[in-house]
Amino acid sequence: MKAIDRKLVRDLWGMRGQALAIAFVVLAGVATYIAMRGIMAALQRSLTDYYEAYRFADGFATLRRAPEAARRQLLDIPGIAQLETRVTAPVRLDVPGFGEPVQGVLVSVPEGQQPLLNQLVLRAGRLVAPGHPDEVLLNEVFAQAQGLRPGDRLAATVNGRRRNFTVVGIALSPEYLLQMQPGTLFVDPARFGVLWLGREALAAACDMRGAFNDVTFSFAAGTRGQDVIERIDHVLARYGGRGAVLRKDQFSNFAIHEEFRQLRTTSTLLPGIFIAVAAFLLNIVVSRLISLQREQIGVLKAFGYTNTDVGLHYAKLVLLVALAGGAAGVVVGLWLAGLMGDLYLDYYRLPSLDFSASIGSVIAALVLTTGAALLGVQRAVRRAVRLSPAIAMRPALPALYHATIMERVGFQRWFDQPTRMILRNLDRQPVRALLTVVGIAFACAILVMGLFFGDSFDFIMRVQYGLAERQDVTVVFVEPTSTEAVHELARIPGVQWAEPFRSVAVRLRHGHRQYDASLEGVPTAARLRRIIGTDLEPIEIPAGGAVLTDRLAEVLHLRPGDSVTVEVREGSRRTRSVAVVGIARQFIGMAAYMDLGTLNRLAGAGQAVSGAHLMIDRPAEAAITAALQERPRVASILAQERAIEAFNEMVDRSMLTMTFILSLAAAVIAFGVVYNSARIALSERDRELASLRVLGFTRAEIAYILLGELTVLTLAAIPVGCLLGAAFSAWVVTSLQTDMYRFPIVLGRGTFGMAAAIVLGAAVVSALIVRYRLNRLDLIGVLKTRE
Amino acid sequence: MAASVVFRARAVTKIYEMGEVRVQALRGIDLELYAGELVVLLGPSGSGKSTLLNILGGLDTATGGQVLYHDRDLTRADDRELTEYRRHHVGFVFQFYNLIPSLTARENVAIVTEIAHDPLPPADALALVGLGERLDHFPAQLSGGEQQRVAIARAVAKRPAVLLCDEPTGALDSETGVVVLDALERVNRELRTTTAIITHNVAQADIAERIVHLRDGLITRIEQNDHRRPARELAW
Repeated sequence: MKAIDRKLVRDLWGMRGQALAIAFVVLAGVATYIAMRGIMAALQRSLTDYYEAYRFADGFATLRRAPEAARRQLLDIPGIAQLETRVTAPVRLDVPGFGEPVQGVLVSVPEGQQPLLNQLVLRAGRLVAPGHPDEVLLNEVFAQAQGLRPGDRLAATVNGRRRNFTVVGIALSPEYLLQMQPGTLFVDPARFGVLWLGREALAAACDMRGAFNDVTFSFAAGTRGQDVIERIDHVLARYGGRGAVLRKDQFSNFAIHEEFRQLRTTSTLLPGIFIAVAAFLLNIVVSRLISLQREQIGVLKAFGYTNTDVGLHYAKLVLLVALAGGAAGVVVGLWLAGLMGDLYLDYYRLPSLDFSASIGSVIAALVLTTGAALLGVQRAVRRAVRLSPAIAMRPALPALYHATIMERVGFQRWFDQPTRMILRNLDRQPVRALLTVVGIAFACAILVMGLFFGDSFDFIMRVQYGLAERQDVTVVFVEPTSTEAVHELARIPGVQWAEPFRSVAVRLRHGHRQYDASLEGVPTAARLRRIIGTDLEPIEIPAGGAVLTDRLAEVLHLRPGDSVTVEVREGSRRTRSVAVVGIARQFIGMAAYMDLGTLNRLAGAGQAVSGAHLMIDRPAEAAITAALQERPRVASILAQERAIEAFNEMVDRSMLTMTFILSLAAAVIAFGVVYNSARIALSERDRELASLRVLGFTRAEIAYILLGELTVLTLAAIPVGCLLGAAFSAWVVTSLQTDMYRFPIVLGRGTFGMAAAIVLGAAVVSALIVRYRLNRLDLIGVLKTRE
Repeated sequence: MAASVVFRARAVTKIYEMGEVRVQALRGIDLELYAGELVVLLGPSGSGKSTLLNILGGLDTATGGQVLYHDRDLTRADDRELTEYRRHHVGFVFQFYNLIPSLTARENVAIVTEIAHDPLPPADALALVGLGERLDHFPAQLSGGEQQRVAIARAVAKRPAVLLCDEPTGALDSETGVVVLDALERVNRELRTTTAIITHNVAQADIAERIVHLRDGLITRIEQNDHRRPARELAW
């Protein structure tokens, strides 16, 4: 090794604490980048392959019922390449030994062969055979959650009739990457499943022989999807069509693309912050190193080292730190990607995840990191390069200080000399002071952002389940039923109160904007399912008006006082203009609400209800569930407690990992910034502080001068960081919100307090390390050497 | 004198501008240095001797006048040419040694020999200054005199044509200073390196062939020393 490189290695070893702190920040940046980008690329690649190989449909439509002959009409629509009719039906299952209600959806498949579109990936067993109407295939996630295998038997209620099924296979479908029960917004694999049944068998079970209620189709190349959708809607209108959707709006595909959007945001923001902080840290550390090595630079130049040699020498040092952190980051990132891959596959069921570290993203991460690092130090290195050898050989001129503004305007007498030193030092290097504040503030902001989700979720829980949905059980009927059914439910022993509701599929229009949503009818003076306004007070919806959830109002650009066009997409199929009378605060799902009576008049079919919310005596829950299970017209039974559990489970699974990573990251940044700032401050001022010790200052007094500066910067950074954190949270929330859920921006005092405490903790630890070094200041040694 | 001229300085001036202060360090210097000679530049602090040495060594450039190194005009050289000049022709010894603290004695020499043509092996250069035993010590483990001898070894290891020494004994006690001067004398004698030593110590001038007296940025007198004394006999 050349002597100059040996110097490099030893310099690096001499500043190993600082170098390590910076390398960790780089590591965190590169790891998050590699992991998130890698997982995103892998998911996208695997998804495309999956869709291609298993012929994921381009469009989907559901309807009430159409004769199979209508298929011809659909096939005649220009642009349709392939089209397949299906029958789907809700099902209630009795899983032996589970004891809780399990719902599902039955989807028909041709007997003995794969469907044309949305083909199944057989994970075990076989397809259903012709002539065996009891054979079903189970979606893998459901089978796993329930521990079901081919050969197992299930009792089910389809269309009000009891049936027995035999599991013959376990499968995946590109249509159900995410298996969620309609009306809930959380994955609950044990309590909701997708099952595939032979077309003949399913048609027979729900009176759909020679008919269909579901269509999937693919487009010929070059087809404009929206045109086809409109024609399909036109054809299906008379069969009770509920509106066809393109692939992009298909639930499971939409959900995974939302995930990509979120990943893209986080995979830009998070690594960006880390790399910026690393660049800043390198800047202050290398600036200091270069001013400490003025004379060494002078000697090297005096002996004929060129400017390039000197510049390269320091650039190499920076590159070593950046690349060491970067390389470790790649390794950790790949490992993290593996973990995340498992998490994602648990959630989005793809047959496989083709994760291969893309050389491209590794190179991108390393180039970005080293580029940012070099950019961070370029001023300092240029200074070293420009240093004339003769000047480098002379000691640096004393730094120029002057009285600060605060002193000049007359606050002078308030400050003792040590305090003036603190103020003037801050004043002399305002940019560095500012960057230090920004660096610490970033850490604080990341913490706020990480902890914020906790507050947000708490708030969602309080509003959604504390104020709005106060029922214990929600019962949904197979189809709209007379109100008498609700009275009947109220008579089940243990049911304290039953409250009807109706939900109708509608298309809402406002100007050129439209949205397909569910319009929910709620009774007046509702006690269980209440509509909560933006002021968190229950809204009593006046007859004739509609209340929209805040997100829906936003999407449609509607405000109270506007009117919205409601197209009922079932039953009466009426179109009415309805006044928007209020906005509901709702974080989960998008819907419109109306008074039950008004909705019934609009939707037709008399005083009908879709289901009921129940308040029950807890001890009677099992008995009530059993009673409900026996009623064939009950399509689903949702226990609120389960919904809350599922919600919490989802939060635990996805968000807590994120929060933990963010908190760890913030701690790395906070410590990195504070520790480096403190070490630099000590190195710059050891002479000055030793002089003061010689003059009789105590250790505490000189610690005050050194650490006072850091305290000022940290204390200034915390409020800045809290504001920045609130801004980050708002930004992230906006980019994370989907039609399924949105996060309220709620920042509790606890979050700010916690963030501040962690930052202060990191600052105190750094200060203690520096204080320890300060106590060991070699008074004579420091004074003897030339500055 | 038969020896060839290494440096020829004509009407050299140097003005430093430090903020609002203008300091005229050299006010018109005319001087020749000859191949193989040992010259002492003598003068009080502020007389301009360091400035002159820096200009001769290509560390700094003159404001006016001309400095020729053989046929090379140092006053017109750009930074790249000066670097090349320093790299291959000049060795420096500084008052405060200026060793790289993170490198051992041998490595401090190697850092220079690695970029030189035809250098002495670092160990030989260190042996020349009497430090053959302390090759792998770091500067902090060496005494001041030893550090300065490492600096001399570093300066001569590339076999420079000229050796420029700025107060090489300035930070040393007289006993150690003698050892250092002896090393310089030996280098001058054995390698025939043109050597210029700056000092404000009149006693040290006795080792020189010629003594150049400076005051206030001017050469007041150039004295041919007919009574050279070996460094070992000096005391101050």
